[in-house]
Amino acid sequence: MIELHRVSKVYNSAGAPVVALREVNLKIAEGEFVALMGPSGSGKSTLLTVVGGMNSPTSGRVLVDGIDVYSLSTEQQADFRHEYIGFVFQQLQLLPYLTALENVLLAMAIAPIPRSEKMARAYQVLARVGLSGKERRLPSQLSGGEQGRVAVARALVNHPPILLADEPTGSLDRATGAQVLSLLRDLNRAGQTVVMVTHDPQAAAFAGRVVNILDGQIVEEGVATQASEPVRAALSAALR
Amino acid sequence: MCQGSVQVRLIDVALKNLWRRKGRMMLLVIGLAIGVATAVALMAITQAMQADVAVKMDEFGANIVVVPKANDLALSYGGITVASAAYDVASLTMADVERIGSIKNAANISVVAPKLLGAVSLGGRQVLMAGVRFADELRLKRWWSVEQGMQPTEPEDALVGARLAQGLSVQPGDEVDINGRRFRIAGVLAENGSQDDDILFVDLSEAQQALGSPDAVSLVEVAALCTACPIEDIVEQIGQVLPQARVTALRQAVALRMETVGQLERFAAATSVVVIIIGALVVLTTMLGAVAERRQEIGLFRALGFRQRHVAGVILGEAALLSLAGGMLGWLAGMGSAVLAAPRLANVSAPVPWNPVIGLLAVACALAVGLSASLYPAMQATRVDPTVALRSL
Repeated sequence: MIELHRVSKVYNSAGAPVVALREVNLKIAEGEFVALMGPSGSGKSTLLTVVGGMNSPTSGRVLVDGIDVYSLSTEQQADFRHEYIGFVFQQLQLLPYLTALENVLLAMAIAPIPRSEKMARAYQVLARVGLSGKERRLPSQLSGGEQGRVAVARALVNHPPILLADEPTGSLDRATGAQVLSLLRDLNRAGQTVVMVTHDPQAAAFAGRVVNILDGQIVEEGVATQASEPVRAALSAALR
Repeated sequence: MCQGSVQVRLIDVALKNLWRRKGRMMLLVIGLAIGVATAVALMAITQAMQADVAVKMDEFGANIVVVPKANDLALSYGGITVASAAYDVASLTMADVERIGSIKNAANISVVAPKLLGAVSLGGRQVLMAGVRFADELRLKRWWSVEQGMQPTEPEDALVGARLAQGLSVQPGDEVDINGRRFRIAGVLAENGSQDDDILFVDLSEAQQALGSPDAVSLVEVAALCTACPIEDIVEQIGQVLPQARVTALRQAVALRMETVGQLERFAAATSVVVIIIGALVVLTTMLGAVAERRQEIGLFRALGFRQRHVAGVILGEAALLSLAGGMLGWLAGMGSAVLAAPRLANVSAPVPWNPVIGLLAVACALAVGLSASLYPAMQATRVDPTVALRSL
């Protein structure tokens, strides 16, 4: 489903190059739930945006469903994001002036589908994340967990093959964060491919596979909560 | 499941965003409206002034005088002079008068008033008599007022100027003898301070008979409505059909006023351009500020798969809505100001016309200014990276 071949990303920060990703090779199969773990600045969010067709790598290739994403034009990349990617942002990024329903409909604003179908889909996906009856509420009238669910609903409404989540619990308390993570796990169990960035091992435990990243490189992959002792030590040192 | 009328199209996003920032956006609308209002008010006042000039030209009477070439005489009237009763100055004919109506711009001629002048002896003194076609003369000289008696109805009826009536001690109903022909004083003109106060006006045909010059005309006064055509053209055209005549345009106050209107038109155009440029700058800075403030939101649009043209559509859609509002508000405010200001500031008595074309122009102009000033901000918006949406607020 997703293949990264020797992907590197170098940012130019005030004239000094900052290496965010170094020769990363990664494969994610359809239906997997992968957590990208690492400390701040490790390159995990950059990796997520590269997978999501939002951030062109300095070198290497990214294939999604056989499509060489960065060989596409800028506008084709937008179409790719629309068709393939659902994104849950750390800050959720709900538009405060739109209701829950409208925030979900926003993702379909440019989709060439009839209005009635858009409405049906939006109601359906909001029901799926447990927000039936709260469709007309503004984000400010919803709890943090409910806002997270709206963000997930918006990411899912176009039926994207891949759901990307950047620290989806980062702005939530532990209990509401757990609700969102459970939702992602349930979606994955229903066949949805999920790639999630987190630095929280408890969040990573919801994933089927954990990819540990440090200094722009994948240092270890494995089943959740099973990072080896040397990696754990390196991660701990980086987090200190 | 109640679906109601909820929709989220690009235009809905634009509308809702405008509503959220209504305070600031109202300032933009007002800025644009002030520009449009200024241009509309100046345009409407100028139009009213042009209409006013047309009315005034009518009131001023003749603006072209046709006289025979080279006469060297003593008594004068409207650019022509007569020496005495014995000297007949007529060298134009009634056929010449008809020719004036055949010029290319004949449609712009409102009155052709031929006159035969002659000095006659009346009550023991020399009097200037003018033979006129009363119907044309009364249309030409709207300021004439018959103070005593009535307007002439019969061929032998005469009107007498106020000072002359006093000097001759005549009054309506009196009969006078001129070269063996009897005339009845139908009315006495109110004094108006012009040479008309000293003239005896009789029917043109009667005057021609009395002066022994049938078919002769001393001069022709012509009133031409020339707001849409240069008066020089009409003068030239009459000169071409009457080569033996001297044709003169009376510029006077009307011409000066036309010149003033022309100057105001140029001033209005220049002022409008400046004010509209200022309006465009207000739109540019406001929209640039809005785009800068909404980078995360625009990044979200891009992350959701909006193409660059969709993002530009949202920004330009907002600009179009604001411009439409600014244009309409500006038109109403401009017309309102013009209606109030025209009589006071521009001394215009003609009503300011509510011209729908100006309204359409105002809205189209506001739309063009708003959209063109928002092109650069829209371009900036399309360049926002989708990863901006990932950054913390």
